[in-house]
Amino acid sequence: MEPIIRFENVHFSYPEGEREILCGINLEITEGSFVAVLGHNGSGKSTLFKHMNAILLPTSGKVWVRDMDTADEDKLLDIRRTVGMVFQNPDNQIVANVVEDDVAFAPENLGVPSEEIRQRVDAALKQVGMYEFRMHAPHLLSGGQKQRVAIAGVLAMQPKVLALDEPTAMLDPQGRKEVIDTVTRLCREKGMTVVLITHHMEECIGADRLVVMSNGSIVADGTPLEVFSQVELMEREGLDVPETTRVLHELGLPKTAMDPESCAAIIAGAKS
Amino acid sequence: MSDLRVEALTHVYSAGTPFEKTAIQDISLQIPSGQFVGLLGHTGSGKSTFIQHLNALLKPTSGKVLVDGEDINQDKKTRRAVKNKVGLVFQYPEYQLFEETVFADIAFGPKNMGLGKEEIEQRVREAAHFVGVEEELFQRSPLELSGGQKRRVAIAGVIAMRPGILILDEPTAGLDPAGCRQILDNICTYRRESGATVIIVSHNMDDAARLTERLIVFNHGTVAMDGSPEQVFSRPEELIKIGLSVPQATSLAMALREKGIPLQGSIYTHAQLMAALKEVGVC
Repeated sequence: MEPIIRFENVHFSYPEGEREILCGINLEITEGSFVAVLGHNGSGKSTLFKHMNAILLPTSGKVWVRDMDTADEDKLLDIRRTVGMVFQNPDNQIVANVVEDDVAFAPENLGVPSEEIRQRVDAALKQVGMYEFRMHAPHLLSGGQKQRVAIAGVLAMQPKVLALDEPTAMLDPQGRKEVIDTVTRLCREKGMTVVLITHHMEECIGADRLVVMSNGSIVADGTPLEVFSQVELMEREGLDVPETTRVLHELGLPKTAMDPESCAAIIAGAKS
Repeated sequence: MSDLRVEALTHVYSAGTPFEKTAIQDISLQIPSGQFVGLLGHTGSGKSTFIQHLNALLKPTSGKVLVDGEDINQDKKTRRAVKNKVGLVFQYPEYQLFEETVFADIAFGPKNMGLGKEEIEQRVREAAHFVGVEEELFQRSPLELSGGQKRRVAIAGVIAMRPGILILDEPTAGLDPAGCRQILDNICTYRRESGATVIIVSHNMDDAARLTERLIVFNHGTVAMDGSPEQVFSRPEELIKIGLSVPQATSLAMALREKGIPLQGSIYTHAQLMAALKEVGVC
């Protein structure tokens, strides 16, 4: 598969900033994959995110979305149609008084014919499991529901990539699960490329690939199992690893599973 | 240091309208002075309604709240006075920062209590120290600070009132793991040094298990479980049934027992799990 987003030696610093925020990022994101990016505050993960649809442009280096250079202003609309963004606070992303109007906002702006808007809105709301709420007022929904409406609003643009910057930070456990289940399903069933920026390690477990950022650089990159197995590195970065991985690590057993059942089987096998 | 008693507390929102909703029903409990309590429960279980009664922000529909034996709702004066005794830190308290400097923001509470200038200054320094806000930041605008720093300034604003009971509604929500640890350490320091009662609302079972002496679990507006972390986490099936998770160490211990490894006792922290594994000859 061709990469749909490609970072080529990307450096970034703010004009007056002394510090470099991205220090030479090379990263290829495969179409249809679910990539999680983990890092503590200030690691550069949100800056990385903002480079994916030209909200920020590299100080040096290139970001490519398909064959489009994000620095090419003529391609801006195409780039933003290709990579849809969801942000942390659902209340800042909702613009209309009725759920379905909110979801229709982007296709209306893109000049999509009204019949097609209807279809896109219905399809998007069904994909996030919010179709029954289409006539509701968004401010009366729960955090998880609002965030799913925000995702539907992006889906109605029919992007190829869904990029989310800490979409669950303000949600309760139920809302977090709704959002993560929704984006996982979009990737697995619809082939949507998902880039999830987070600092909750448990949200990365179901991803195809986990990228860890620290001080503007990528310090680990692999399957979640491979990355979490590097317990010392994760601790040094101030990041959590699953309890299962930690126990296997301390027992000196192979770290080949993260779910409690398989992990218990490994320990039981070692005991007998 | 204050103790707290709640008697048959019920709160009904929008009573007598089609939107009538009983948020909490007939809650009675006692929290002795100095206890560290975790309040658990999913969204809508009544936790927030409950804590808003503890410093008279909400008036009970029926029932009583007593702080140091005194009914806090008996008259206007006690309703007001209790706000100095019971400090309540809301969710995302950093959204409530409004003063021009960090110092002025932390000083807002003590100033309203009518304290003298020197006393206020001392309390601001003390509160800032508890939450690890350096004095170099005092003259900065709170809006220039990072998210974690803002939150600590907001908590310091409540601590500066030296509340005998400190209540925090999800103090770590939205912070990264390092930020979470720091805030929780700050709260533990405050409790240790001041002897205050601390009540913390949390969705994080691992934190609740590690820090508190007592867990109160809310479900549908009533208290579903109340006991030490050991007692509460020894009934993981019940927690899961009311839609809550259990600490990671507990779920791994459950899986290990299912595989025939006879782990002893209630397990809810990493250290306990490792010790129990050692006892049965693993590792």
